[in-house]
Amino acid sequence: MGAAVLSIIISALIVLSLVSEAFSFLTAIELSSLWSGLWSPRSGQFDLRVILSGTLLISLIAMLVAAPLGIGAAMYLSEYARPRVRRILKPIVEILAGIPSVVLGYFALLWISPELVQRLNPSAGIFNMLAAGIAVGVLVMPLVASVAEDALKSVPMALREASYGLGARKMSTTLRVVTPAAVSGIMAALILGLSRAIGETMVVAIAAGNSPLFSLNPFQGGQTMTGAMAQLAIGGDQVKGDVAAVQSLYFVGLLLFLMTLVLNVTSERFVRRVRQRY
Amino acid sequence: MVVRPEAVPPSDVVLAHLKGKRTDVKGLLFQTALLLSLLLSLLFLVVLLVDIFLDAMAVFETRSLASFLEGSLSGFPDRAGVSQALYGSAMLMLFVVFVSFPLGVAAAVYLEEYASDTRFNRFITVNIRNLAGVPSIVYGLLGLSLFVGTLSAITGGPSLLAGGMTLAVLVLPIVIITASEALRAVPLSIREAGYGVGATKWEVIRSHVLPSAAPGILTGTILAISRAIGEAAPLLLVGAVGGLLGQAQGGFFSQLQDRFTALPIVIFEWTKEANSEFKALASAGIVVLMVIILISNAAAIILRNRYERKW
Repeated sequence: MGAAVLSIIISALIVLSLVSEAFSFLTAIELSSLWSGLWSPRSGQFDLRVILSGTLLISLIAMLVAAPLGIGAAMYLSEYARPRVRRILKPIVEILAGIPSVVLGYFALLWISPELVQRLNPSAGIFNMLAAGIAVGVLVMPLVASVAEDALKSVPMALREASYGLGARKMSTTLRVVTPAAVSGIMAALILGLSRAIGETMVVAIAAGNSPLFSLNPFQGGQTMTGAMAQLAIGGDQVKGDVAAVQSLYFVGLLLFLMTLVLNVTSERFVRRVRQRY
Repeated sequence: MVVRPEAVPPSDVVLAHLKGKRTDVKGLLFQTALLLSLLLSLLFLVVLLVDIFLDAMAVFETRSLASFLEGSLSGFPDRAGVSQALYGSAMLMLFVVFVSFPLGVAAAVYLEEYASDTRFNRFITVNIRNLAGVPSIVYGLLGLSLFVGTLSAITGGPSLLAGGMTLAVLVLPIVIITASEALRAVPLSIREAGYGVGATKWEVIRSHVLPSAAPGILTGTILAISRAIGEAAPLLLVGAVGGLLGQAQGGFFSQLQDRFTALPIVIFEWTKEANSEFKALASAGIVVLMVIILISNAAAIILRNRYERKW
């Protein structure tokens, strides 16, 4: 009992510490500095557009990678793969899921960026949001795949058999019977993936660069919410005297927490709809 | 069911026969595309492993593996090593094992075996699920304000104790969820058999339910540990040291209050260094980290395959 209540205490502490510091941040700074065009906590510039746009752009790129790969893998594993093939292929996805994000950050900076992105566009900087986004996508793909696979597998066999009985082939069955039946689970997988991509820190801290300027060019460096937080944490000693900069950490953290919370609750809703149907 | 007024199109098989086409080209292409998305991920994994392995091999051409494992953090790339990082990571894992594991299993036993289906208990379950989805860097903020700030008298500020507790809190929801699933998989008949011979609830849980669920619980815990060992973001916020760190001194308890580092933190710092020799060192560090993680994941998978029972 006590151990379970601990979880509520933890959540309460998270919310409490975030809200109180974020509130004192908002009262301490001039609100116009949230819109000043520059994210530079050390000089009191806290433009939210810079970090929000960076986060959204990188998450978008990540989902463009993770959604087709993850759902494709899930469909193959659930509908096509024979048990023996599955036993070989499934651990690959699991190993990919176990790779720490620092490792993918290193890989994004030292392989994806020079070998893929800069070949595509030679004028791209070595720190660019495209490389970071691709790496985050690879990081998120196993999560999307496993949640989507669970959803596809929970579609009753009878639906597939009815479809075959009507003379549909495997592809039509997969796309027009199984997928629509599992669509809320697949949506849940995508939303969960997006939430993970938004909260991903180390890849962006390593590979996305720390540009303080607003930019939507994926070939340039940018700043994300998590990247900005990591940056504040590393530069901790210089920022220490500056109360507003430290508090901005909590403000960004609160925004991040709320964004992922909304996404996670939405995805939970979608999953519950799958469960009720059958 | 809504009745559609338009004519039903002929099904695939009928259509194929009408057109005289026997091979399902579109279907085969579709299947290939699906397989390709899996193989692309595999390709990515292979390129990643090979690329990092080759980078690391270049380091070990000039120095021995032992000197890398035994060396401490240093400003000179040819002398720097990961001994302190390995020690720090091992100590952090102790917290996960001794704090998250007992608390997580206790919470799971309560939720699955004792809790009645009240609104409050349902709220706890939803809450735990949401906690598992909170980004790890937010746990770092919690650690920063709670363990480094409020409790600094006990933890000694940005110390091993603070980092360990932060990681322990981070993986707690994962341990609870996997342990709950393992407990739920134990069939009711096992419990009823226990009650049938007159055992009390706690006796049934201790002697039947927990042993049956043990492989699942252990697998979940190992996966939680391998997640925690690669986690860097929350440790950055709690104040892990990436640069220079003095050798650990004093007794066990004074070390707990010392500043600390961890393997992923060191890799992060080395990757950020402009000096390419440090970048190479980072790849060597990654190889060490990946070996640890792959071994523990393999242990979890083997454990699962060996003890997986169909009830």
